Amino acid sequence: MDILTVFAQGKVDTGDTAWMLAATAFVLLMTPALGLFYGGLVRSKNTLNTFMMCIGAIAVAAVTWALVGYSLAFDGTGDLIGGLGHAFLRGVAFAPREGSTIPHLLFMAFQATFCIITVALISGAVVERMRFSAYLVFAALWSILVYAVLAHWAFGGGWLIEGGTLDFAGGVPVEMGSGFSALAAALVVGGRKDYGRQALLPHNAVYALLGAGLLWFGWFGFNGGSGFSTGKPGVLAFTNTLLTPACTLIVWFVLDLLRGRRVTAIGAATAVIVGCVGITPAGGFVSPGWAMVLGVVVALPCYAVIVLRPRTRVDETLDVLAAHGVAGFTGILFIGFFAQKAWNGVSDGLVYGNAAQLGDQALAALVAPLYAFGMTFALLKVIGLLMPLRSTEREEALGMDVIHHGEEAYVTGEGAILVVPEAGDGEIEVPVADPV
Amino acid sequence: MKLVIGIVRPEKANDVLETLFRAQVRGFSITRVQGHGGELERVETYRGTTVKMGLSDKVRFEIAVSDPFVEPTIKALCEGGRTGEVGDGKIFVLPLERVVRIRSGETDDLAVTPVSA
Repeated sequence: MDILTVFAQGKVDTGDTAWMLAATAFVLLMTPALGLFYGGLVRSKNTLNTFMMCIGAIAVAAVTWALVGYSLAFDGTGDLIGGLGHAFLRGVAFAPREGSTIPHLLFMAFQATFCIITVALISGAVVERMRFSAYLVFAALWSILVYAVLAHWAFGGGWLIEGGTLDFAGGVPVEMGSGFSALAAALVVGGRKDYGRQALLPHNAVYALLGAGLLWFGWFGFNGGSGFSTGKPGVLAFTNTLLTPACTLIVWFVLDLLRGRRVTAIGAATAVIVGCVGITPAGGFVSPGWAMVLGVVVALPCYAVIVLRPRTRVDETLDVLAAHGVAGFTGILFIGFFAQKAWNGVSDGLVYGNAAQLGDQALAALVAPLYAFGMTFALLKVIGLLMPLRSTEREEALGMDVIHHGEEAYVTGEGAILVVPEAGDGEIEVPVADPV
Repeated sequence: MKLVIGIVRPEKANDVLETLFRAQVRGFSITRVQGHGGELERVETYRGTTVKMGLSDKVRFEIAVSDPFVEPTIKALCEGGRTGEVGDGKIFVLPLERVVRIRSGETDDLAVTPVSA
């Protein structure tokens, strides 16, 4: 069926399609924004590597998604996993997917950007020591074995969505999926060599703030686009994406004041993420008023985990578990209490007389973390048998940028000697003075 | 009274600080410097441009100490700064003519003894 026929049949809505085209681009921007956020939180010698893990996620996950990931997530209504009917994007064209008003191809692209950002999120647990090549292999396999499966459960017709669990924009696959996988990754890869012994500090708080700001911007496409139309659920989620993080910020300021008598900038950047994550599953299901309450509620457990985690020996470096796992968990449960049919047209929560909804939410909040943690743990153990997961201590000391990329983020050029290709050297490191 | 100058790897600077504190050496300044000491050059590529990086980042400690502290200071620098690879840095010990503490006008040995020591 060609596109003119499709539009002539009135199945595709032009307004919805226009918004979803924009929303897809919004969400893709979130991954470089995450690179900036993460890049600011690491030491300067690891800036490029940290950013490149996000860029690498775009490269790898976009391809695996088109090849098999999308099909496993969104083909058919199998309980645990989708089919291979859409492998290599077979049958994904201009006609809308059943139940939507946008071209199937666009639906696929929008979902691809979710897979990409989720893979990139996990890198926060292993920055500053994981080998880049091992990370790329992990990213490719994780996007299929964990993300596609959880996306099928929550979005694609799997047992959670069929059982009644509400997840508007990805509390299950994106937030709990990345957060609890990050914990497993940190445990398998192990901590940085100086973790717990020396202060390993963020090198540029402005990057972190700018990255968080751009993430927030992208999140309007992420949540606002998850209604797949310009209709009420999308508008509600869009607006809640403004309100919830604002409330989280205020609570974070207060918690910072109580703890250290100062409002911290990196705390604020973190609060933006926590608020956005909290409203991700609930965006289209709760009223703006309850969304603001969620912003307050979600700050508390996340703040606690961020304060307590560095006192443990687990070097889950950039607190993906706290900011995504715990916040996503909170948001998923929050729906069970405060979902309101008057606003979402789908279901009420416990407070509005439907206790069963809380049960459905609790089930997702229990099972998704277990699957994400267990599968990621096993996957990294297997990859670890085939190749080293992490760099040597010497490489860690020099920094991942020089070791894995042969570049520096803040190169000065002093003392740099141009290598002229004709001279025939420059392929390897050349000693200029024999140290003997 | 000597001025001990220690040039170490930036990634070992924290270790050196630790060993210095352990050796009760509490007054010093540090500078980030670039230098070359015979270590392998790094080859970096920026798009089509390949360069050999002839200079490495180092951290330079300047420590003015009274005579009994010279050996412990050198020992601390070596202990904290050593990796065993080329590029660990150098220590220079220079005679010191005169030291004045600006706040109090104290001179020489009194001036190089930190207040808390």
